[in-house]
Amino acid sequence: MSRRVGICAVAQTPFKRDFWEERFQGMALIVLESLLEQTGLKFDEANGIQASISVSDDIFDARTISDNAMTDVLGAHFGCEEKVAQEGAQALYYALAMIQSGHVDTVLVLGHCKESQGQSRNMVTHTAFDPFYTRPVGLDFQAAAGLQAQAYLQKSGIREDQLARIVVRARNNAKRFPLPLEIEPVDPSDVQNSPMLADPIRSLHAYPVTDGAIGMIVAAEERARAICPNPVWITGVGNCMDSFFLGDRDITSNFALEKALERACRRAGIDRPQDAFDVIELSDQYAYQLPLWCEGIGLCPENRMRDWLDADGLDKHHVNLSGGTLAGSPLILGGLSRAASVVLQLMGKAGDAQVDGARRGLAHGVMGPAGQFHTTLVLERDGSGR
Amino acid sequence: MRKNRNVGIVGVGQSVFSSHREEVNQPEMIHEAVVEALQMAGITMADVDCVVHGNMELFEMVHQPDLWHTIGTGAWGKETLRITTGGTTGATLVAAADHLVASGLHDIVLAIGFEKLQEGHTTGGITNMADPLWGRQLQTGALTGMTAAAIIDEFGAERARKAAMTYRILMDKHAMKNEKAHRRLGLEFDQADELAVNSPALVGELRMIHMCSQSDGACAMIFASEETAKQLCPQPAWIRDHITVHREEMFCIFGNAPVLSTHRYAAQKLFARNGITDPLSQIDVFEMYDPSSWWGIDWLREFLMLEGDAHIRMVENHDIAIEGKFPVNPSGGVIASNPIGATAMVRVAEAALQIMGKAGQHQVPKPVNQAMASGFGGTMWTVLFLLTRDIPAMG
Repeated sequence: MSRRVGICAVAQTPFKRDFWEERFQGMALIVLESLLEQTGLKFDEANGIQASISVSDDIFDARTISDNAMTDVLGAHFGCEEKVAQEGAQALYYALAMIQSGHVDTVLVLGHCKESQGQSRNMVTHTAFDPFYTRPVGLDFQAAAGLQAQAYLQKSGIREDQLARIVVRARNNAKRFPLPLEIEPVDPSDVQNSPMLADPIRSLHAYPVTDGAIGMIVAAEERARAICPNPVWITGVGNCMDSFFLGDRDITSNFALEKALERACRRAGIDRPQDAFDVIELSDQYAYQLPLWCEGIGLCPENRMRDWLDADGLDKHHVNLSGGTLAGSPLILGGLSRAASVVLQLMGKAGDAQVDGARRGLAHGVMGPAGQFHTTLVLERDGSGR
Repeated sequence: MRKNRNVGIVGVGQSVFSSHREEVNQPEMIHEAVVEALQMAGITMADVDCVVHGNMELFEMVHQPDLWHTIGTGAWGKETLRITTGGTTGATLVAAADHLVASGLHDIVLAIGFEKLQEGHTTGGITNMADPLWGRQLQTGALTGMTAAAIIDEFGAERARKAAMTYRILMDKHAMKNEKAHRRLGLEFDQADELAVNSPALVGELRMIHMCSQSDGACAMIFASEETAKQLCPQPAWIRDHITVHREEMFCIFGNAPVLSTHRYAAQKLFARNGITDPLSQIDVFEMYDPSSWWGIDWLREFLMLEGDAHIRMVENHDIAIEGKFPVNPSGGVIASNPIGATAMVRVAEAALQIMGKAGQHQVPKPVNQAMASGFGGTMWTVLFLLTRDIPAMG
């Protein structure tokens, strides 16, 4: 890849069920002020932030041009701002492209979402389906996940108690991680007795409704070193789009995740992804997805997932020590939140969850019904020596 | 700007633009534009590395529509990116494609802008842009009579109204040469007086005839790195530079304070860093996002950094006609066709076609060495592009 690009700072509002006391502009301002304080940057075309990339969604915000109402927070009054209207990890993909193209050196990435505003997230994701064939049968992302969960649990033989342990672990991990997440611990029996949402997905298997904003400062190497003593380099990016109609896919195949990872690893010069990462953060919107995505990145031999989970494979590979998406992040900020967790690990700022000597991490984002679109990011700190 | 590598436009495709494309669904309409762009570039989907997609999703109320549109875009198995910035979306998609290729991440990128305005309510959708507490009661979608009032104030009602109608009829004459255009009315100059009175009034002096259309349509463009572009195309349109300038929401209870327009600000900066001191002689054709005849006139002054009544005279003297001294919108512009998520991309695409010499009936009858294209959206947001016939020097 051309010139190196680094992440210099991360900030996040509390992620909580109902951020009623702030409008989305206010949530974004909390993030912006923290980033400016951490880096000492200003919106300044010479040596400051030269462009902003926002992440939000018109339908979640019920606002046409959802970035229009926040020009000031994005520093875009007589300046450049563009909105990634996709899953948040894609904003880092685009920030990398924008900086490597040579157009700018320093970029603000800032995403927001208030999932609590709508009566149901399912009303939003229902409209992702085409109005002719799949919308009339009532599909939404949750129902599509139910179909994927059915197929995957049957194929892998993963037990209900194993799913419950994934949820319990996620919530316990979130309590140890320094990013502010409003999430309460649960017992396995709470999970196994929670109401059914989309068989076999129970309500505690699903990521909670979440409001919040998250942002980063991203800069070209020279600028990054001036801003921050230990930038985290984006050394590989890759994404992949699968078919839209669920019937056109093998929904347990991990086709798009495997291709996305292959691309990111090629760019980062990684041959064996299964051994390459000290920390891994995956977007697990539902409990069954964590083992499924782990298979996609090759952490567990095929058809051995049940044993792998029982042998604490997740802990051994340092998967989702932040709690992951199951601990609560808005759908469209999933991958950006995962990247933030990896960045904190690589900067040595992961508190009680810190993996000693973590040098290289993988962050993952996913969007669309049953994982139609996957993004992967390889992040490294200086001295990773690989 | 130290651009990593040059990017050339090697393919352009447009669906037919119309008020009702009932015979196709969204992916099918996009497919029309994609196929045409691939054919012009002489490649297949197998050659495309990345697909960039954008529109305004509240219009059709489809969440993350790139997921469904994969059927029509050909994005299956590809890398993708979805970028939106309101009315400027199409131009922002071009900027994104330029970044993706210039960065070295991709050699060939396909960008798609689309809108099927028939499937939603455009003015309702745009009104939803305003703050629900402070702005929504004031917002009238994209309709505004303020610019007309200002021009009348400055130049007198008779001259201003005549200039707006002259601009409108010139644009229709251009659209008549563009078979893809939505509104091709066959207007003649002797209809001007009648239209000025009989066209339905929308807001103040803004009448239906002055306003852009609501269209269904898609535009696709193919971008390639310098090396690849040279192999694919005898004359690519090279992206020399571009600039994006947003601004805050601008309803102001303290009156209409004089402010620098984003158009003039963008042009000043773009011209300064590209050595353009006399845009009228250094730029050969301008595809401008003109949402109405009134804005069309007014924005000529801003983008071309004109003073006094120079912009009115350009219209009165037909300088902006396709065969005039400074052709503007030989495609017919936005007044003729406006599928919003595609509209700003069509401006860049049409400027590219002029440089490539592939604009057909509406090719301007003179050499085109440098073209400018503008996107407009949000609250007076501007994206401004310079395209050239010669490969830009690496700064």
